[in-house]
Amino acid sequence: MKSQRFNSRVIFAWAALTPFIALFVVFMVYPLIQSAFLALNQTYGPETRLFVGTKNFDLLIEDPVFWKAIRNTLIYTLGSLFIQLPMAFGLALVLNSRRLKGRSVYRLIFFSPQLMGLVFVSILGALAFEKRAGLVNRTIAWFTQNAAYLEIDWLQTYIMPTLILISLWLYVGFNMIYFLAALQNVNHSLLEAAEIDGAGPLNRLRHVVIPSVRPVATFVVLLSMIGSLQLFELPYILLQGNGGPNNQGLTIVMYLYQNGFELGDLGYASAVGWALALMLIILALIQIRMVRKEEALR
Amino acid sequence: MSVANPSKAKRSITHLILLLLAVIVLMPYAWLLVVSLKSREDFFSGMFFPPGDGFLGIAWDALTLENYTNLLDMGFGRAAINSVFYASTSAVFATFVCAATGYVLAKSKFRGRTFMTLVVLGSLIVPPTLLIAPSYELLYHLGLLDSVWGLLLPTFAPAFGVFLFRQAVQQSVPDELIEAARIDGCSEAGIFMVIVLPLIRPMIGAFLLITFLAMWNNFISPQIVLQTASKQPLSVAIAQLRGVYQTDYGLLMAATVVSVAPVAVLFLVLQKQFISGLTSGAVKG
Repeated sequence: MKSQRFNSRVIFAWAALTPFIALFVVFMVYPLIQSAFLALNQTYGPETRLFVGTKNFDLLIEDPVFWKAIRNTLIYTLGSLFIQLPMAFGLALVLNSRRLKGRSVYRLIFFSPQLMGLVFVSILGALAFEKRAGLVNRTIAWFTQNAAYLEIDWLQTYIMPTLILISLWLYVGFNMIYFLAALQNVNHSLLEAAEIDGAGPLNRLRHVVIPSVRPVATFVVLLSMIGSLQLFELPYILLQGNGGPNNQGLTIVMYLYQNGFELGDLGYASAVGWALALMLIILALIQIRMVRKEEALR
Repeated sequence: MSVANPSKAKRSITHLILLLLAVIVLMPYAWLLVVSLKSREDFFSGMFFPPGDGFLGIAWDALTLENYTNLLDMGFGRAAINSVFYASTSAVFATFVCAATGYVLAKSKFRGRTFMTLVVLGSLIVPPTLLIAPSYELLYHLGLLDSVWGLLLPTFAPAFGVFLFRQAVQQSVPDELIEAARIDGCSEAGIFMVIVLPLIRPMIGAFLLITFLAMWNNFISPQIVLQTASKQPLSVAIAQLRGVYQTDYGLLMAATVVSVAPVAVLFLVLQKQFISGLTSGAVKG
């Protein structure tokens, strides 16, 4: 009787695990292994493979377009780290105050762009930053009463600032939610004690609030770094599939896409993918190191 | 709690800034909605509504639904149906697979459990973009290119879902309850369906929404996997629409409204669960 019971448990466990394991092996483990082999091959579409060893990586290192893509992607990433996250944190601090009227409405409003989805935001952004007809130029021209501003060609001339501005609109409220959740961890009595001891707002922020949100902040920084480095849809749609004039809006994943699916070289595309993965791993390691060092200092 | 002790003046400045930011966030929506109701000829008259002699100086008669009817005539409805089908199928299967896997990883003791948990967690650091090229090749060899299943199957087993459900089960399903059900003669599948699933309902709700949204907004997978126009979801259809009708703003706006409205409504109904689901990983992680 007992072993029968045990058997049914084992059978259930395997029955429950099998779909996941099967899908995981086929669509995650296998492609991951293949991507390593692919990176050592030159392909033309999925049918022809030619082993080239490390040639893809040799080419990549000397590929000026690839470096341009890295540069653009890094600019965008720095933009999201140093403009977006401080704004999100600031908003969270303000909206965390219980005395503020309408704070739940504000929260919902600031979060709302996230509901649109990146593709649809990209379409809206493309239209809003259009010259002459777009909302942005029309608003600037209306405020300044100067029709010359209608001619600002954001998508051709200022593509990186445009990308950063749109992503501010899209992500500040989203990251604000994480910071708001983190602010729940702040110890009230500690805050009050600091106030009684005569610590001003800035000192309280620095010595009480920031240390308690640090774990979540680390997580948010890592998440937005990973997300930013893989930027694709926004510039792809804004620039209609190409990198814009002089590849000024080309990102790493766009370059991967162009090589793999427009030129058909899945091998070179995989090499780009591995270069990106390497960047992500290095940045994550650096961050983990920095966090450890700070913890050791405290 | 608050960091500052705001005086009245400070507080009104705060409100002013918040209000300004709210307007900046909301204005594009208003523009989107209004322009989607403007005819092609009226597009350049006025930033929002076309000026006229109606109420508030607006030519209300000039507003039209022709962009929306044009979309329907162009077969955009098909893309909407596809999006609903893809997103809901993906959400239901992914949630069920992840809930079952997470439950077993949390509660069953078997050899290799730690290993499997580590592999699942480790896979979270693999950037999805690394898999784009080899997945395309794989789907080609499986004969799943341009097939709905080639798009859907890979979305049925998201590793982070297993992680979330494992945590949810650990937190809200006591071992004693499972043991008691066993003693009462409940089958293993029965325990999972009748006892475990109801206990982790908040996570199920949140995860259904997360996976639904992820598929609804997914662009790169359908763009790569699907070729036939009639199979494409809204995300790809709208990008193509922009390629063809680049200057038909009203039409593109209407298409965006159609693509975004169902998701927005869904969110407003299920708001609380969604936010708790989004942040649950962050707070406890």
